[in-house]
Amino acid sequence: MSKTIIPFGPQHPVLPEPLHLKLTVEDEVVTEVIPALGFVHRGLEKLSEIRDFHQMVQVVERVCGICSVIHAMCYCHGIEEMMGIEVPPRAKFLRVIWSELHRMQSHLLWLGLFADSFGFEALFMQFWKIREKVMDISESTTGNRVIVSVNVVGGVRRDLNSEQISWILTLLKEIEQEISALKKTLLTDYTVTKRTVGKGVLTKHQAYGIGTVGPVLRGSGVVQDTRTLGYAAFNELNFEPVVESDGDCYARTKVRFRETLQSIDLIRQAMSKIPNGEINVKVKGKPQGEVVSRVEQPRGELLYYIKADGNKNLDRLRIRTPTFANIPAILTMLPGMYLSDVPVIVLSIDPCISCTER
Amino acid sequence: MKEETIPVTKETVIGETAKIKIEGYRFVTMTCVELDENQVDVIYHFDENLQLKHFRLTVSKDTLIPSISVVYQSAFLVENEIQDLFGIHFDNLFIDYRRTLYLGGETIAAPFCKFTVKRTDKSAPAAVQAET
Repeated sequence: MSKTIIPFGPQHPVLPEPLHLKLTVEDEVVTEVIPALGFVHRGLEKLSEIRDFHQMVQVVERVCGICSVIHAMCYCHGIEEMMGIEVPPRAKFLRVIWSELHRMQSHLLWLGLFADSFGFEALFMQFWKIREKVMDISESTTGNRVIVSVNVVGGVRRDLNSEQISWILTLLKEIEQEISALKKTLLTDYTVTKRTVGKGVLTKHQAYGIGTVGPVLRGSGVVQDTRTLGYAAFNELNFEPVVESDGDCYARTKVRFRETLQSIDLIRQAMSKIPNGEINVKVKGKPQGEVVSRVEQPRGELLYYIKADGNKNLDRLRIRTPTFANIPAILTMLPGMYLSDVPVIVLSIDPCISCTER
Repeated sequence: MKEETIPVTKETVIGETAKIKIEGYRFVTMTCVELDENQVDVIYHFDENLQLKHFRLTVSKDTLIPSISVVYQSAFLVENEIQDLFGIHFDNLFIDYRRTLYLGGETIAAPFCKFTVKRTDKSAPAAVQAET
């Protein structure tokens, strides 16, 4: 059978953002994949040389709308570690609450998009309907639905009062019930299992060797979640990384579904343990040194390398986003798969090109 | 950095990377930092059970650095990114985009450098020029 080269993307119905794959196929089977990027590269890292290190919080929030809180938190952790700033305990818990709300809305967004990728429009609608309630919480507590700007170097800029906490807990109960009601459909429906079970398999050894992160890594049976490092207030909360062992699209779906419910539990724990007190401290001086900061984004481990020499601007800011680490896995997942499975498998890594081409 | 950082050279980086892979480390990413108009730091980040370890390679900008994609295949993407943004070249890359991952094929400047190394051939000595 002769080889045919098929361009997949950058504009494709399942891709909300531009990613191009050069697929070599024999008959209907993919034999080789070469990814191409660069359609929306912005060079945001370079802005650190002309923006004040405080202003960079707003810049990194715009690396990715879906996880703006977590980008800012990772950056702030790095600067705080470099400057020896001790963040007030209440601020640490507030960071956990907003970051887990972000994880929930990101996973619900993905669960909807994933259902949409194989034509399950009703499931797509249900997940996005639930997601709106999480967005309502973001809007009423931070003033914005997507780009949530609460982190500052030294703490957070907003607080939650007892009425807000009580309202969020009520809403979380509804959200939990509604998500749980979709469990049977998502995990047992013929349409879902037919399109996901055994597709895009990544073994435990492959997932670790390639350097994948997040649900892609944990869906292949590797117990690794950066939150277990205990940053912010995660060291005071009880949780275990969500792990599945099959390494296929179905396993990655299960990990994200279970993590959505886990986030609800983490928010409840954080709200029950949150102490009273200040939410930020005054920052004096300028950062100096070299630091690596890591947190767990919805898509996996996020890494910031920060170098500063005592000026208000940074020497170098390097952002390694989870999708950047997961794209090489596509080269292993796709060969041997049918062309019709490519959109589902690509979407199963939850590609965020906005993050990748920061 | 508070984590262990091991200095490596152009000659030892592949051997050290192979050794760390056998020890069970996974590849996390690489960072390129411009030090001055002639030199860069290439920092390799590895991780085992969430414990980071770094290699630091300090080289001149015209050095042809051996690609670690022969050990960790997934490193090809970040090495291509460094080629594009810093004008540094890697030898024996698993997939070499030849500075077209982010840039147009005709671009000579290194967007993330204050000073760009202009070269016509991979192995030829390069001259350092101020970016125009």
